[in-house]
Amino acid sequence: MSGQKPRTLFDKIWDAHVVETLPDGTALLYIDLHLTHEVTTPQAYAGLRAAGRGVRRPDLTLAVVDHNIATDASRYTGIVDPESRLQVETLEKNVVEFGVPYIPLLSERQGIVHVIGPELGRSLPGMTIVCGDSHTATHGAMGALAFGIGTSEVEHVLATQTLLQKPAKNMRVWVEGTLPVGCSAKDITLAIIGKIGTAGGTGHVIEYAGDAIRGLDMAGRMTLCNMAIEGGARAGMVAPDEKTFEYVANTPDGPKGAALDAAIAYWKTLPSDEGAHFDKEVRLRAEEIAPQVTWGTSPEDVLPITASVPDPAEAPNEVRRAQMQRMLDYMGLEAGQKLQDVKVDVVFIGSCTNSRIEDMRAAAAIAKGRQVAPGVRALVVPGSGLVKKQAEAEGLDVVLREAGFEWREPSCSMCLGMNPDKLTPGQRCASTSNRNFEGRQGPGGRTHLVSPAMAAAAALAGHLADVREYQPKESV
Amino acid sequence: MQAFTVLTGIAAPMPQANIDTDKIIPARFLKSIERSGFGKNLFANYRYMPDGSENPDFVLNQEPYRKAEVLIAFENFGCGSSREHAPWALLDFGIRCVIAPDFADIFHNNSFKNGVLPVKLPRAVCEQLMEDSRMGENARITVDLEREVVVRPNGEEIPFKIDPLRRHLMLNGLDDIGQTMQHVSAIDSYEAKQRAAQPWLNR
Ligand code: SF4
Repeated sequence: MSGQKPRTLFDKIWDAHVVETLPDGTALLYIDLHLTHEVTTPQAYAGLRAAGRGVRRPDLTLAVVDHNIATDASRYTGIVDPESRLQVETLEKNVVEFGVPYIPLLSERQGIVHVIGPELGRSLPGMTIVCGDSHTATHGAMGALAFGIGTSEVEHVLATQTLLQKPAKNMRVWVEGTLPVGCSAKDITLAIIGKIGTAGGTGHVIEYAGDAIRGLDMAGRMTLCNMAIEGGARAGMVAPDEKTFEYVANTPDGPKGAALDAAIAYWKTLPSDEGAHFDKEVRLRAEEIAPQVTWGTSPEDVLPITASVPDPAEAPNEVRRAQMQRMLDYMGLEAGQKLQDVKVDVVFIGSCTNSRIEDMRAAAAIAKGRQVAPGVRALVVPGSGLVKKQAEAEGLDVVLREAGFEWREPSCSMCLGMNPDKLTPGQRCASTSNRNFEGRQGPGGRTHLVSPAMAAAAALAGHLADVREYQPKESV
Repeated sequence: MQAFTVLTGIAAPMPQANIDTDKIIPARFLKSIERSGFGKNLFANYRYMPDGSENPDFVLNQEPYRKAEVLIAFENFGCGSSREHAPWALLDFGIRCVIAPDFADIFHNNSFKNGVLPVKLPRAVCEQLMEDSRMGENARITVDLEREVVVRPNGEEIPFKIDPLRRHLMLNGLDDIGQTMQHVSAIDSYEAKQRAAQPWLNR
């Protein structure tokens, strides 16, 4: 390979997976891991069946149910909503018919698809990973190329284990310096989107670099990459390092022994070469990031918690002014109102962005010894059965329950209005999920995106609050 | 997939940026296991009032846009979730082409695979087409994929570019799995090579 031009992490993984390049430059890209869930697969399996096709590599495919699952006892007694039930049952029939490995609902390994992939050691550095879900970008934290696909592409991967793809452009986001107290990966990712905008990464794969990124634990890197799609990017990635290797070594299904050593030797060749070309580079200073909260209905409409609701009159142009006004109307906010005065009805701590054990710990640390404000409903939803088990072993469930939080069963829960956990029209929620679109958490629901610690602080205060004023009373 | 060659029809103006897939089809309607039937819930949160009645202010509830076959919008159309239900809902309603300054990647991909043509034109042109579409029922827009032009109601032709492979598949209504299957021996040899080089990937 000597004399070859320097390549990025993305270029290396891409090059290693090109099966063939078609005359127009489209690549037939090999897929190492195909994660699937109940919402975006029924039509794909129906398509295979109609064409008399099978699944080429069931061993590289993994199915789980997450989006439709209730977080209460109906998990055990049966799904109440008939359509949700049908979707889950359809998946269960399809995996049997096509021989695809499936994590059953009542397995302790069940959870949100983007939590379980890394946690089980299925999502590994250097892999190409796809799933019929835009937040597949999460797995890029492992140093993999991971991106969301539509149902037709799910069918294509099931049938051929490949995808037709045009190469993406390379973008690098540097975050250097020390992250202030009270800030987390969620604040970094929101600050980045605030800076580049929701279309800032369109057509690109973002590599996150710099010492503030290296300083994040694996869960933090997953939170970061999870929202790459909210910045318009096709994928987000972090180069694998010792933290990554140690994480993989501790997973139940990851490579072990000599296989792991061989894998690590290869993974060490993956980070971007010195001098590799990036089409776009963006730089942020970690010290300048404050705890973030969104005020609008797009993740780019984000501000530090100390700020006030912006005034549409100060918009740079008419289009933006109208858009801002529409958002304020929907969100029920007044220009100039202090964000910290905004009352919340619901707090949701969960979703593939923030439902890992580290997130549960962050929420519990703030909640310990305090009480949820009267009238606020606060839900904590672990991302998987394994996260739940670990949290309970550490007593986090007790801390949270004593503080007045509900401790629920793993699911996508209130991240999207698809299972019983929904906002009602007009309800306002401080949420650790990734989308604040109109109606995302239920028709008419109002979402403020925040970190787990900020969400916990909002639950205690009854309004959006600055987590720096709610630092842990003692360590949990 | 239905082929797309040339379409002349009513265009509905939606002068907004960032029309996300949750707006196009809210998550609570994703529970069907079929590909059809999503049209009635297209833009459901805007098309219907909380009591289920039609919202008269929403463009697709107005004449002549109930029969719209083209949608004109602004930047970053189709951002958000990867749900292919978004193009399915558009298609099921009767919309076969969306014209906007740019599209989110996954939606862009998904549309081609379902015979919904996403056409990228500069913002200023989209604004013109937006005005055209407001003139009335006879202000029809033609989208010609064969010649790669949009024809305004006044006859003016505006060229656009579509990736050649995608254009070919769409003009002929071809499914890409069939195409890829022709490369199966290359996939076989890739797998054999990878199995040897990266044994940890094989379970
Ligand atoms: S938690 Fe939310 S964003 Fe993540 S997979 Fe589930 S629905 Fe999608």
